[in-house]
Amino acid sequence: MPAASDRSGAGVELRGQAGTTARQPGAGRGRLNRLIGEIRIKRQGYVLLAPYFMLFFLFTAFPVLMAFGLSFTNFNVLEPPTWVGWDNYANLFVKDEVFLIALKNTLLFAAITGPLSYVACFFLAWLINELSPGIRSFVTLLFYAPSISGNVFLIWQVAFSGDSFGYANAFLMKWGFILEPIQWLQDPKYMLGIIMVVQLWLSLGTAFLAFIAGLQGLDMTLIEAGAIDGIRNRWQELWFITLPSLRPMLMFGAVMQITASFAVAEVATSLVGFPSPQYAGHTIVTHLNDFGTIRFEMGYASAVATFLFALMLGTNLVVQKLLRKVGG
Amino acid sequence: MRLGLAIRLRRQKKLNRSWPVDIALFLLLSGAGAFMAVPFVFMVSTALKPLDEMFLFPPTFIVRSPTLDNFYDLTLIFANSWVPLSRYVFNTIFVAFAGTAGHVILASMAAYPLAKLRLPGGGFLFAVVILSLMFAPQVTSIPNYLTVTWLGLLDSYWALIFPALATSLGLFLMKQFMEQIPDALIEAAKIDGASEYRIFWTIIMPMVRPAWLTLIIFSFKGLWGTGSGAQGASFVYSEQLKTMDYAFSQILSGGFIRSGPMAAAALIMMLVPVAIFILTQRSVIQTMSTSGLKD
Repeated sequence: MPAASDRSGAGVELRGQAGTTARQPGAGRGRLNRLIGEIRIKRQGYVLLAPYFMLFFLFTAFPVLMAFGLSFTNFNVLEPPTWVGWDNYANLFVKDEVFLIALKNTLLFAAITGPLSYVACFFLAWLINELSPGIRSFVTLLFYAPSISGNVFLIWQVAFSGDSFGYANAFLMKWGFILEPIQWLQDPKYMLGIIMVVQLWLSLGTAFLAFIAGLQGLDMTLIEAGAIDGIRNRWQELWFITLPSLRPMLMFGAVMQITASFAVAEVATSLVGFPSPQYAGHTIVTHLNDFGTIRFEMGYASAVATFLFALMLGTNLVVQKLLRKVGG
Repeated sequence: MRLGLAIRLRRQKKLNRSWPVDIALFLLLSGAGAFMAVPFVFMVSTALKPLDEMFLFPPTFIVRSPTLDNFYDLTLIFANSWVPLSRYVFNTIFVAFAGTAGHVILASMAAYPLAKLRLPGGGFLFAVVILSLMFAPQVTSIPNYLTVTWLGLLDSYWALIFPALATSLGLFLMKQFMEQIPDALIEAAKIDGASEYRIFWTIIMPMVRPAWLTLIIFSFKGLWGTGSGAQGASFVYSEQLKTMDYAFSQILSGGFIRSGPMAAAALIMMLVPVAIFILTQRSVIQTMSTSGLKD
């Protein structure tokens, strides 16, 4: 029995671990003693683990459970939390119309910028891989730079400035497409689209680098063998050889892009302000920040956070399942 | 080695391709490149524009008479604030350097036993780390606020540094990279009587230099811009503890007329992380080649 529970905890990724569980048919007691002995021998390993994992559990793992617990309470930080059951969740979906707008916008980001940025990350990495090493590192830098350049995305605010000095307006007015400047960042019609463009500009991040690395490390004997087996053009090579061999990278990249695409907030609040006109740039994370850091309704904000957690984790796990089937 | 060989093989062996497709792909790549580059050109140009040129119609895309006025104005804007600019600069540098150094050391320490020692429970811990990659840090911002308050760290540098020390991406990448180190090296050191601490510090750490350079750029880029987000702003509210990016993000609230100094500030802010990436790119790519999620 202990051996079975030992394995079940590590569903996602495990290598070499299964071999260490006791193979002998001995009684549970002997196995327990062996385990204690093993832990004692390797105690230095646990000492090395301890500082990181103490902080990790304090700031990343337990907070998820804490948010879940708090989401059933009414809590304003000053007074102790009071139990309200499912009220917060009921309010989210029944009474809080702004949350529904936030949910709709967030799902739009996840459904549009998520897949687009993922495909862009892979496709651009694939194109770059053909270049000579010098040019390749320059182009990599150019594509990766927006995601490490901090506030540079604010320049889009100047480009889409609502007066005739903004580039977008000036260009359109000069060529006679429009007569009056458009209030790009105040008009709910355009806000979401502009945030998406900026979000895409920022999205060639960690996943992009992982794809570049994966393509460079591709096993060339596979491609040679493919050529012998009758692979004729690069599209076939991409589909039958490159994509299946890059599956681990594709899965890692998917995690990065999905998580980021659900977490849009800072770009939205910087570009269109908070609260945005008619909440057209409102997302789940800005809703969370509103209740958490402005109104101090921690219980309600925790319900939003728990919902977001479920949404991100659920999407990730489903996509992992699907990607496992690619070329499988 | 293997990487170099692979690249050479690719040069020799090209599949028969049609030139229209080649041209189409080249145009696509150029288009994407232009989309990525134009905002940077625009920003440099805006940073160098004199004020009168900002208000030309149609606006000039490339600056006509470049000047450093905006950088000078930046210091003027902060001459009136009661927190001097140098304080914001110090705050950012302290938070970014202390947080990055701590993260690299703690994540490497934890990655070694996970990668090489087959600890009972290690697989479970790593599975939790992978699960935590699947949600954004915003999910935990409320509990973290309460925890930071409870620990008495609210409104101090540590409120920004502590949560960043144990980000999961760093541990994940470091552990994956360490798995490539041959076990024989570690066994040999053990026979010589070295402790795990000694093996970690004198054998493993020098070998994973590419991985810690990667952790440095990822951790640094997060901490360098940490103060202007909603979380940063609520964890640290005293003006004298605020970071440079927070101070700079307030500039544009002065309206369009401030876009010159804003661009100048953004230009200064991006130089450091971009410079770090230029210096570490090769190592980062090498590290990322082990980043895959195995099934």
